[in-house]
Amino acid sequence: MLSKAASLGAGDVTGVIVGSGVEGLAAQAATYGAATVYVADDSSLEAPLPQPRIDAVAQLVADKGIETVLFGQSILAADIASGLAARLDAGLNWQLTDLTSDGGNLIGRQSALGDSVLVDVGWTSTPRIGLFRAGAFDPTEQPAAGTVETFEVQLQEHSLAAEMVEQAHAEESGPSIEDADVIVAGGRGLGEPEKFALVEDLARALGGAVAATRAVVDAGWYPYSAQVGQTGKSVSPALYVACGISGAIQHKVGMQSSKTIVAINKDPNAPIFEFADLGVVGDLHQILPKLTAALQARKS
Amino acid sequence: MKIAVCVKEVPDATAHKRIDPGTKRLDRSGEGALNAFDANAVEEALRLKAATGDGEVVVVSMGPERALNSLRKALAMGADRAVLVCDEGAAGSDLLATSRVLAKALDREQPDLVLFGQQSSDSDGAVLWAAVAERLRRPVISQVAELTLDGGSLTGKRQTEFGYDVIRAPLPAVVAVADSINEPRYPSLKGIMGAKSKPQETLSLADLGVEASSVGAEGSRTEVLGLSDPPPRGDTRKIEDDGSAADQIVAFLTEKRLI
Ligand SMILES: Cc1cc2nc3c(=O)[nH]c(=O)nc-3n(C[C@H](O)[C@H](O)[C@H](O)COP(=O)(O)OP(=O)(O)OC[C@H]3O[C@@H](n4cnc5c(N)ncnc54)[C@H](O)[C@@H]3O)c2cc1C
Ligand SMILES: Nc1ncnc2c1ncn2[C@@H]1O[C@H](COP(=O)(O)O)[C@@H](O)[C@H]1O
Repeated sequence: MLSKAASLGAGDVTGVIVGSGVEGLAAQAATYGAATVYVADDSSLEAPLPQPRIDAVAQLVADKGIETVLFGQSILAADIASGLAARLDAGLNWQLTDLTSDGGNLIGRQSALGDSVLVDVGWTSTPRIGLFRAGAFDPTEQPAAGTVETFEVQLQEHSLAAEMVEQAHAEESGPSIEDADVIVAGGRGLGEPEKFALVEDLARALGGAVAATRAVVDAGWYPYSAQVGQTGKSVSPALYVACGISGAIQHKVGMQSSKTIVAINKDPNAPIFEFADLGVVGDLHQILPKLTAALQARKS
Repeated sequence: MKIAVCVKEVPDATAHKRIDPGTKRLDRSGEGALNAFDANAVEEALRLKAATGDGEVVVVSMGPERALNSLRKALAMGADRAVLVCDEGAAGSDLLATSRVLAKALDREQPDLVLFGQQSSDSDGAVLWAAVAERLRRPVISQVAELTLDGGSLTGKRQTEFGYDVIRAPLPAVVAVADSINEPRYPSLKGIMGAKSKPQETLSLADLGVEASSVGAEGSRTEVLGLSDPPPRGDTRKIEDDGSAADQIVAFLTEKRLI
């Protein structure tokens, strides 16, 4: 986001870092195009909760006359962006994949309705707020490093109400699905956790790895490390077989660069059929065992 | 315990969703339906109500008058009452304007808990709750896959890019649930019959004391400038399983030299 903002030539770029023990990141941010990096480093800001960060950014926008606030998509960033919009009476555009400047007037490119239409969106006032899809831009290092300044945040009462009780960072074990050439993925259409065996059997027959959607990972059917999508891994195997997966945009962004996509879903209107190279309308409980058997028979 | 659930009517899943090039707004002329992700929020509200033994579940929505049909689905599931903010002046509201209207409607209800669904299937925003929580000055927890109530506070477990967070907040609070939190019940025949006679209130902007100039297209801070087609996808093939799907997949994979 910093590199993109700097490349627009639409004014000075400011980086904002809010957290605890984050001062080390400031120097790094400065090399990606921020003329100034503002850092709020305080132990009360350690937990990655949105509301204290709304206070921080709102304060900076007011104090420094910032006209545009850009976020890369994350669970945290989306909530900060939306709360900030309400706080500042500012327009928010989301699912953005690009940003251009037309004489200082910014135009965002939004990929909408499951990527079926591209919408050029604008803001009718400042401040403007934009939320960009992860990976929309490549970072470029800039020769001139910016300056770093610290600031203190005045937290509002309601911003302090929520507290982080526990944060469990996921452990990685075994080979990562990111390296797999073939991935067989299962979603809620499997019906119950035990049915992941159907997906595992097919993966074995194809010599591939097993992946899952957030819906089934959250439900405890499959481990977090196997999740593909916006909050999970991004994969681009030669073959991705989606079984009982609706094809929500947040799943799609993690697997759309797969070379060949095969989808099995019993709902002919499932969004996944919009971007599957081969879409099969049918019951996975019927199809998967036959498919695995056919592949095994072919091998032997 | 009083729970408000924010729900939206969206184009039916079978409809081909498009933006009207004339109005530059989503074409809502076809069948509408309750946003499927909001059924999870309604379900969670009903479970919490049952667990606490008493209380009320009210669904709150902003939309055209016909959205009452979709609200009735929530009533058929078991919600007690529906409130629809329905006003020509609110058409074309963006996130900012929508959050203003909903916050006013929620202020009037004074619920202990406000629930949201995971996302609208037409906007894919997954953002509205944070703006509403900010206006209500209440704590917010989003993407909640497990929710527990414990007297005057609640605890939500949610997934992030790094693992799982467990977050606690005092009531009153705003929570957006993930679609993994539960399996929404199907309305029973009795529920469907009973829904018609449950209280369904429609409110205008004036009823809520919302300035017409602060919502709708005029009160919005974003605009649609133009529409274009995404780059064409490669060939896609769709087949219907007639018993031979497995063989057809094998043939496809062979043709693509993937096996
Ligand atoms: C901020 C955010 C981040 C997210 N991050 C991610 C992410 O990283 N990864 C991710 O996957 N999701 C993510 N999601 C969730 C995403 O929006 C969807 O809710 C999720 O991907 C749905 O999972 P699913 O396809 O398994 O379930 P569903 O949407 O419930 O789809 C199940 C499908 O199975 C089909 N089916 C049912 N029975 C059968 C059968 N017998 N045979 C064949 N088909 C059948 C149904 O027709 C349906 O299409 C995120 C959402 C948000 C808001
Ligand atoms: N017009 C509306 N009226 C009431 N609730 C809404 C409306 N639009 C969105 N919501 C709620 O906000 C959630 C997130 O919507 P969105 O940010 O648009 O994806 C939905 O799941 C609903 O719970």
